[in-house]
Amino acid sequence: MKPFAYHQPNQIPDAAKLLTSIEDSKLVAGGMTLIPTLKQRLASPVALVDLSKLGDLKGITDDGATITIGAMTPHVVVAASQLVQTKIPGLAALASMIGDPAVRSRGTIGGSVANNDPAADYPAGVLGLGATIVTSTREIAADSFFLGLFETALEPGEIITAIRFPVPLKAGYAKFKAPASRYALVGVFVAKVADGVRVAVTGAGPGVFRVPPMEAALSGNFDPTAIAAIKIDTDGLTSDIHAEADYRAHLVTVMAKRAVDAALS
Amino acid sequence: MQISFTLNGRPTTVDVEPATLVADLLREQLNLTGTHIGCDTSQCGACVVHLDGIPVKSCTLLAPALDGATLLTIEGLQGAPGSNRMHPMQEAFREHHGLQCGFCTPGMLMTAVALATEKPDLTEADVRHGLEGNICRCTGYQNIVISVISGAAAMNAAKGE
Repeated sequence: MKPFAYHQPNQIPDAAKLLTSIEDSKLVAGGMTLIPTLKQRLASPVALVDLSKLGDLKGITDDGATITIGAMTPHVVVAASQLVQTKIPGLAALASMIGDPAVRSRGTIGGSVANNDPAADYPAGVLGLGATIVTSTREIAADSFFLGLFETALEPGEIITAIRFPVPLKAGYAKFKAPASRYALVGVFVAKVADGVRVAVTGAGPGVFRVPPMEAALSGNFDPTAIAAIKIDTDGLTSDIHAEADYRAHLVTVMAKRAVDAALS
Repeated sequence: MQISFTLNGRPTTVDVEPATLVADLLREQLNLTGTHIGCDTSQCGACVVHLDGIPVKSCTLLAPALDGATLLTIEGLQGAPGSNRMHPMQEAFREHHGLQCGFCTPGMLMTAVALATEKPDLTEADVRHGLEGNICRCTGYQNIVISVISGAAAMNAAKGE
């Protein structure tokens, strides 16, 4: 790891200012992706801006029709939250499947969403539920937030402060995990909301994406059988040492069926 | 930068570069070599310590995170004060042959203690799920799981005394 300066601001505007004023600086939340990246020297920022001292970024609040989760809330807290378990059990289940217990202790929802790893779990939940990403300057709908491989709509100096999730009628998540890393080889989040059904897939391609044919089929009949015959086009899907594109495409259908099952149970 | 924290019950202040990993700080600077570095890629769990009571991988934790915190390492695990005995979880690992080469054991113990503290009546499924982030390359999981269940029961019994 190359040396870097370390800043621990107490206020969001201070953090944003550090981020824009120091060229090649990076935010660190839980560090579960950034620290391994630094260790491998895939990144060598001159300064880190640590978000852990920004007091009000942690915690989960019930807003009635929505739940707001602070950006620095670790996965373990979301997984164990009575509120999330009651109102969006599929999201609590998703959080409980991320990495392993030690990773869930440190890793945060804001960090995961900002990083937008193509195999991360949270992007599927955020896009699947049609959540809103609240930042230091504005609010961004999930549909226009995730732009592809590690790319998001965040501007330089913009910091995620919270994610606001609408409470769905039903929602479920299923993933086929890579056994060593526990990242999603394919993960599918399915949500039945007031105006239809949303299906979001992570792990299969360079970024999280929705599956309109499955959404249409499930809107008519919210049952696994409704999507059993829907195959995903392998164009643009990932092929690597873990799985070929056609296997990933197959897994999308299987995981989507299981996610519907999970939502119904 | 200077950081101050409580290490195994003792106030500690050290001067560190911000780019120091807690596992390296413990082993190289503080001579606490019980915390092992196995994979150094956050997957094997040999380096698990408790940061404010929560199990974390010290190979994926920057030293500045310790400032103001309480850190417990494998050296800080102990039985009842004054008894000079091992921690009930350590006793259980010895009793049930929960280790072979022993390299993963410090991390297994720290994760197991955290698991048992959070949920006293652990089932086998809880233990297997809870140990997902701890890899034993001797693959002696069967006895590790037995040890953790037994150690959790012993911790529970000790608490009731």
